[in-house]
Amino acid sequence: MSAHVHAAPAPVGGRLLNAVSFVCAVLILSAFAILALRFWGGLGAVTNLNDGYPWGIWVVGDVVIGSAFACGGFSVAMLVYIFNKGEYHPLVRPALLASLFGYSLAGAGVIFDLGRYWNFWHILWPGYASPNSVMFEVAACISLYILVMWLEFSPTFFEKFGWTNAQRKVGRAMFFLIGLGTVLPMMHQSSLGSMLIVFGTQLHPLWQTMALPAIYLISAITLGYAVVLFESCVAAAGYRRSIEMHLLTPLSKVMLGMLGVYLALRFGDLIVRGAIATAFEPTLQAFMFWLESIAFVLPLRILGSPAKRANPANLFTGGAVLMIAGILLRVNSYLVGYQTGDGWSYFPSIPEMMVTFGMFAIEVLAYIVITRRFPVLPREDHAPAGQAA
Amino acid sequence: MSSRRDFLRCALAGGAAVAGAAASPAVQARGNAEISPDAVGLLFDATLCIGCKACVAACKTANNLPVDINTTPDSPWDVPLDTTARTFNVIKVYKDGKATLKDTEQGGYAFMKSSCLHCVDPSCVSACPVSAMLKDPVTGIVSYDKDACIGCRYCVAACPFGIPKYDYDSPTGAIGKCQLCRHRMKDGHYAACAEVCPTGATLYGKVSDLKVEAQRRLALKPGETTVYPRGNLTTGDQPSWEGAVPAYVQHVYGEKEVGGTQMMKLAAVPFDKLGHKPLPERSFSSRSETLQHTLYGGLALPVVALGVMTFLAKRNMPKDDDSTGQHSDKREGGQ
Repeated sequence: MSAHVHAAPAPVGGRLLNAVSFVCAVLILSAFAILALRFWGGLGAVTNLNDGYPWGIWVVGDVVIGSAFACGGFSVAMLVYIFNKGEYHPLVRPALLASLFGYSLAGAGVIFDLGRYWNFWHILWPGYASPNSVMFEVAACISLYILVMWLEFSPTFFEKFGWTNAQRKVGRAMFFLIGLGTVLPMMHQSSLGSMLIVFGTQLHPLWQTMALPAIYLISAITLGYAVVLFESCVAAAGYRRSIEMHLLTPLSKVMLGMLGVYLALRFGDLIVRGAIATAFEPTLQAFMFWLESIAFVLPLRILGSPAKRANPANLFTGGAVLMIAGILLRVNSYLVGYQTGDGWSYFPSIPEMMVTFGMFAIEVLAYIVITRRFPVLPREDHAPAGQAA
Repeated sequence: MSSRRDFLRCALAGGAAVAGAAASPAVQARGNAEISPDAVGLLFDATLCIGCKACVAACKTANNLPVDINTTPDSPWDVPLDTTARTFNVIKVYKDGKATLKDTEQGGYAFMKSSCLHCVDPSCVSACPVSAMLKDPVTGIVSYDKDACIGCRYCVAACPFGIPKYDYDSPTGAIGKCQLCRHRMKDGHYAACAEVCPTGATLYGKVSDLKVEAQRRLALKPGETTVYPRGNLTTGDQPSWEGAVPAYVQHVYGEKEVGGTQMMKLAAVPFDKLGHKPLPERSFSSRSETLQHTLYGGLALPVVALGVMTFLAKRNMPKDDDSTGQHSDKREGGQ
């Protein structure tokens, strides 16, 4: 029926209790203990946040970086359904699963960071909501996108439980969900960059630009592919499955194409604005800018030739380096390049980091449980296509 | 091969469209917000300030604020070094060398008031997602509503003057900032800091009057004698006094900065020495809102994008995808 015949998704199976899930559980429990302290004693009890740096890694790490990493689902879905590259179809479900948890946790994680969290619904409530605020746009799109993603992913659950009726209904609306599932992340990923515009001269010229929405959006799409490369390699290693080289090699080329667009935009903007000169001043910001830029350029070297792209180790490294580049862009623009005046400094506290690790552990654990029990990854033994579990 | 090239071309076009949309706002920019003719504010003349901190104490009383010991951990004094969520107004000192002469840049010292400047086009109001920061359309006072606030601290991050502050020590922390004593206005009072100031260094009034007064002072010759009003400039409720004119820096800080503020400042020491960095005349909120409105005005761009994406998804979706294959076989009739 389909233009491309792929192995149908199937549960990986195997034990849920193992060393990895145990470590995850310990990290998750520690994070919850720290959060109890945070809700008892205020943000100051566990974080190093201050009025010079009111946003720390819970915002920059869990939301800004976390949601960019969760762009795999959107990037691959766009490739498959919008640009009609059906051959990448087996990557959709696993990528969507990771995105689902990345976003859902980013959404939940915001609550820990909100000082007056019981009012959080105000952001979407007429009378309170302020459409001029970039954060309103981010919150509205992310909330809606989380809902859309759960619906996009729901056939996996319906398939498992044999709810064919529900599955058929969602299937009929799927084209619209996919449309929404590409537009919503494009909107809020660009807005995560736009959020910085109002910071004005508090943000170093290497990052403060009206091109921020485009820089954030294109880097997020690129990161989406990098995360898929990384994740597929890790999942293959973890589950001792064969690496889907026939998909990942061409995908890495798509990623490099996007990376080229990104670099042209990023450096073109710096040169046009004349901000590039500040990159040669002896400052921490200039140093971090070059570190960021090297991390963005390096994947072009690692995956530059067809021979290099055929090597799984290179795909893994290229993906990982680009993820680091994405982290650096976001950390630099939200923290390193953000200068609020003398006397303020911020570095995350250990408990603050533990909460972020705990959030990450929830994602890993959920990925393990769902891929082992639900049809997400393509069946390994080449069972006849279309045979759902 | 060609299809991959197609993809890259699409991606490039998409990127260029976004970049174009992002770059175009300069053309159709929303300008800085206009000041209300009835706007009220403060004029702080650093040369008149004697550092008595009566305004700091009055602010605490008027706003019912708790002690805020942040000098040293074991200090017994409520002498905050900076504004906090519990201290809306402080007097800071600039000093150089032996700090012997007042209002002198080299070897001297000068006082500076730190509190909300009540921007004409405030970043905090533009940033706030829940309308907890509001600008009064008549008085122009930038107010804060604790009951609306979600505690996201975007206002803290956005303010170029570092004014809204958050209470990190409270499990129900709120933002604290000067609201120009708007709660005292129904009783005929005005900003406590100006009411209590013995020298008129902090002067309250209509912004239009304060501007005229500021320009008058800058036009005077250093050394000559002039009259300094106190309290409320517009109503003249307190007796004025006569004093010598200092050598002012020829700049009314707050008149143009980020689109103007309703608190303006005069000084005899350059403002960057007094903790006031130079700021552009275009407000940051106008840049941010112009960008947002260009991308999302009337939701036109997102709706078009959604239409295109949905159409492509519908066309490209395999008929059996993510459903049980009982899909009706009808094709899109659009073409």
